Amino acid sequence: MRSLYAIYRKEMGHYFVSPIAYIFIGLFLVLTAFFFNAILASAIRDSFQMEMQAMRGMPSDFDVPAFVMRSFFGLLATLVLFFTPILTMGVYSEERKRGTMELLMTSPVSELEIVLGKYLASLSLFALMLLPTASYMVFMVLRSDPRPPWSMLAAGYAGVLLLGGSLLALGSFVSSLTENQLIAVVVTFVASLFLWVLDIGRNSDSGASAVLQYLSVIRHYEDFTRGVIDTSSLIYYGSLIALFVFLTVRSVDSMRWRRA
Amino acid sequence: MIEVQDLTKSYGAVTAVDHVSFTVNKGEILGFLGPNGAGKTTTMRILTGYMPATHGTARVAGFDVFSDSMEVRRRIGYLPENPPVYPDMTVETYLDFVARIKNVPAERRPGRIDDALRKTNLEDRRSELIKRLSRGYKQRVGIAQALVHDPEVIILDEPTVGLDPKQIIEVRNLIKSLAGNHTIILSTHILPEVSMTCDRVVIINKGKIAAVDTPQNLTSQLKGGQKIRIETDAPEKPLRDMLTQIPGASRVLIEPARAGGHQAVTVEAAQGNDIRNQIAAKIVENGWPLYELHGVNLSLEDIFLELTTDDAAHAQASS
Repeated sequence: MRSLYAIYRKEMGHYFVSPIAYIFIGLFLVLTAFFFNAILASAIRDSFQMEMQAMRGMPSDFDVPAFVMRSFFGLLATLVLFFTPILTMGVYSEERKRGTMELLMTSPVSELEIVLGKYLASLSLFALMLLPTASYMVFMVLRSDPRPPWSMLAAGYAGVLLLGGSLLALGSFVSSLTENQLIAVVVTFVASLFLWVLDIGRNSDSGASAVLQYLSVIRHYEDFTRGVIDTSSLIYYGSLIALFVFLTVRSVDSMRWRRA
Repeated sequence: MIEVQDLTKSYGAVTAVDHVSFTVNKGEILGFLGPNGAGKTTTMRILTGYMPATHGTARVAGFDVFSDSMEVRRRIGYLPENPPVYPDMTVETYLDFVARIKNVPAERRPGRIDDALRKTNLEDRRSELIKRLSRGYKQRVGIAQALVHDPEVIILDEPTVGLDPKQIIEVRNLIKSLAGNHTIILSTHILPEVSMTCDRVVIINKGKIAAVDTPQNLTSQLKGGQKIRIETDAPEKPLRDMLTQIPGASRVLIEPARAGGHQAVTVEAAQGNDIRNQIAAKIVENGWPLYELHGVNLSLEDIFLELTTDDAAHAQASS
């Protein structure tokens, strides 16, 4: 446990000593702020139209906060798809290239401690990156009338964390397979995209399509953005993370058998 | 302290380490000597628990390196071929990290870090980023890392590579000062290093052990087989015929005279057979001038070449 914390600390230090974390978080915030602004602007435009229609005697039920939240979380998901592969690309490839993996693996630290320490560090950085964006949402909720329930916001962020957590676990696994960061980032991105588009046949109702839809990372996410926390979604993300953490442990362990 | 039995490691069809057995006693410095690619690094990696052996066993402090890997790892300090450092860390935070993952309790950590810094002469660099350090300093950080948890066994893979002569002497002195309290294995392909620092030498070639002994014994072992060096001026053919006819002379090597110099002749004689007087007599008998005649003791270098050179190359050299 102490070793796990030592690895976690080292990883966090690595993110924040180098400019990685700052550039990363900064870039992410610029993009989210820009898009939040755009979403808000379009929501305001739409609600004006709705109001005009209402004056002409057509009642509308346009829920602005819900619309903004859903659009914003949808956008966050897209950004997550692009950002997480970069976050995880160096997690193992860099250690292998530098030869520091040999230090970790000849220290009294288990593979699980190495993998979890690194995974939790990447998850923490991811959470730190998301944290400032909550201020936009809190601002919006406070200014809405009637005020949407806080649980909706909480569900949305739980969704982003789980989605990001799954993709980070996937990315760590890919990074453990190669010494080349570029390969790691490309393969992670393609694999994430693949998990994303599994629900492509969402309108057909064959059995296979239902299974594929269940396996898609984005379909479960949509429930969260509507404020719904579904147990099956929790199980889905939980198992995805556990699967990739397990595979990473196996892959790190197998480094001992590969010719280095 | 360390017992290695029949250790074998193969990568597919390639056998990197081939039935290697040796032991290291507590407090001893064992040198691992061999050409590049002889299997030194692989053996060390198996001992440190980095990779499993294909066959055979290795025990460190009574623990099997495979089944009791964690116990072994707690007791070993290891410097791999390239110092395993994080460039973005300062020397001190790096050593603190290593001390943590080596389970050094919090209250002992500052003391252990200071000790490692002092022993490797890094005290004035403690807050410098590792990426700003020169190759020699990085190597020292690597050594400090192997000492920081005060391990019983220290394994150093080519500890003096990339250092300048002054640093090499410092590192050798450091290693010698560590013996006694620690058991040390170091690998090298530099011969003087072994005779200067090690109590015993394992000469390894193509994954097999060629010899295990003290540097002194290895040197004296081949001293019996003597080399005699002669400087003279004589026609080559009769000289060679004369020398090979002397009983006990084995190999005769004649280097042609350089400008203004004389012919240099090397004769190898079988053990316990002093033929210097006979050579002198024969040369004088033939009326050739004799400028120099003396016996040469084989150095560790010769032994090493003897043991690690291919038989084919040998045959060629002697013909």
